[in-house]
Amino acid sequence: MEEVYALCVGVLTTCGLFLTLRGRTFSVVMGLTLLSYAVNLFLFSSGRLLLDGAAVLGQSSSYSDPLPQALVLTAIVIGFAMTAFVVILAMRSRADQGNDHVDGNIPPAPAAEYRRHKRTL
Amino acid sequence: MQHLAIFPILLPLLTGVFLLLPPLSQSIERQRGIAITASLLLIVIATLLLLTSNQQGTQLYVLGGWQPPYGIVLVADKLSTLMVLLTAILALAAQLYACAGDDRKGMYFHPLFMFQIMGINGAFLTGDIFNLFVFFEILLIASYALLIHGGGKQKTKASVHYVTLNLVGSSVFLFALGILYGTIGSLNIADMAVKVPMLSAEEQAITKAGGLMLLVVFGLKAAMLPLHFWLPRTYAAATAPVAALFAIMTKVGIYSILRIHGVIFGADAGALANIATPWLWPLALLTLAIGTIGVLASPSLRLTTANLVIVSVGTLLLAIALHRESATSAALYYMMHSTLIAGALFLIADLVKGERGKAEDRYVVARQMQHNKSIGIAFFIAALAIIGMPPLSGFIGKTLLLQSTQGTLEMSWVWSFILVSGLAVLISLSRAGTTIFWRISGENINQDKSSPLKLGAVYLLLACSPLLVIFGGPVTEFTQAAATELHATISTHDALRGEQ
Repeated sequence: MEEVYALCVGVLTTCGLFLTLRGRTFSVVMGLTLLSYAVNLFLFSSGRLLLDGAAVLGQSSSYSDPLPQALVLTAIVIGFAMTAFVVILAMRSRADQGNDHVDGNIPPAPAAEYRRHKRTL
Repeated sequence: MQHLAIFPILLPLLTGVFLLLPPLSQSIERQRGIAITASLLLIVIATLLLLTSNQQGTQLYVLGGWQPPYGIVLVADKLSTLMVLLTAILALAAQLYACAGDDRKGMYFHPLFMFQIMGINGAFLTGDIFNLFVFFEILLIASYALLIHGGGKQKTKASVHYVTLNLVGSSVFLFALGILYGTIGSLNIADMAVKVPMLSAEEQAITKAGGLMLLVVFGLKAAMLPLHFWLPRTYAAATAPVAALFAIMTKVGIYSILRIHGVIFGADAGALANIATPWLWPLALLTLAIGTIGVLASPSLRLTTANLVIVSVGTLLLAIALHRESATSAALYYMMHSTLIAGALFLIADLVKGERGKAEDRYVVARQMQHNKSIGIAFFIAALAIIGMPPLSGFIGKTLLLQSTQGTLEMSWVWSFILVSGLAVLISLSRAGTTIFWRISGENINQDKSSPLKLGAVYLLLACSPLLVIFGGPVTEFTQAAATELHATISTHDALRGEQ
């Protein structure tokens, strides 16, 4: 179980980081969302993964740590608000700048690509 | 007053909420009145809290009666109450300035401002690392909205970068918290400091990774070298009172480094003692250098001021990296001075911008300003203070810092970097002053007057600099005591964990 869990967090983080580093606001927002999913899963596992652990005292001999669950709940709420804000900001930026690049202007294509593009035309 | 410690958080929160409700939300005049009253009250509360923590020692506020280390605590010790008072003073000046008209440029200026203050105060007062994250998020989301306040292309562009960077920073913060909770098993700062030396060898490596990830996050907030690129454009794009308030935001990062890496990973942390120092030391020197180069290269007063903030961050990180009581004490003094003066300079830059028409605050020849004299005097005082010339507070702050390194190995590095940077700032600000105030192409034709309220707010901040010198004795005694408290870790830990 640990391996699958760790793999999930790893893949989510990698995809999140990759998308965050891209130039368009849409992929950046997607990247930030994936990153926050990864973070939430990771935080959840910080109390150690445990099967059949009871959440209420006196129900079982093994208990799951309740604190990470509370932390994840807080992190989810905050992450949700931040994502909502960044979506609105991205739309505002698209309207103000006239394009959806994070720098506000689309960089010119590299020379080689430009030439290839010209040839096909 | 046993509940005094929570007031700096509750007061701005409740004021902010009330400002959003109908009788107040309709009229900007009423909002201004209430907001300024709240800020004045906050100064009173912060002063009371400071005096209490000075006379009776650290005030522990246990929320909900859950005993530490299990519950959430607020810790009002000397350092945190000092920071709260500093925030309150800066906030009042920024608010007065905003009341002269900047708060009309968009909606909800005053409520957002209050939430921002609440987040900053909370971050200073909390004794729990997860709540530090929560208050960071509060101050950040308020700052996102304040940054874009008034609208415009520049602000949107700066906002996109600022928000994206800080969201990534928040993710890293949470990863680090997960790691630290997984290995140490606690989130109470004092409790963590006690448990860190007892970690087993394999846990130490991963805890170190967590600790250094926190350094990355705080470095991002504080604008430490490779993470500082967002700062100049963001601060230059923000509305003046917002930029002035942002002057304290980098200090929140510095404060957190002081708390987390000075206390949890401090001298008593066994194998993990001072894990941040090997990174802080070169990065601080480079931050100072790059800030200085930025100051020399800036084409406008706002950008110069933003780069001066980076210079002050470099100086403070240098003092923290020294890990010495006298250096920390000097850093606290310098922090007060640099925050207030940087705030004043942002306001002065806006005054200049408002009175020079199309030339704005760029260093070009333009027509004379309406209030050439009063703004010029304000600029002169602020420049003297920030360069570190006697008789103002910058001189005392830098002298204390230089003295604290006397006779040590680091002395040559610290002295040369700080003094050369001071010279560069002197050159740059002389150029700025002569261009803006003396190189005039003609008589003033611009009729918009800046309101006396704006000048008043600037002079209020500037007055703090001579006051810091006149009351230098008690102030340095206090910063010394705060530094001692921070460095004498173990004894305070027991008190903070409620094991008196």
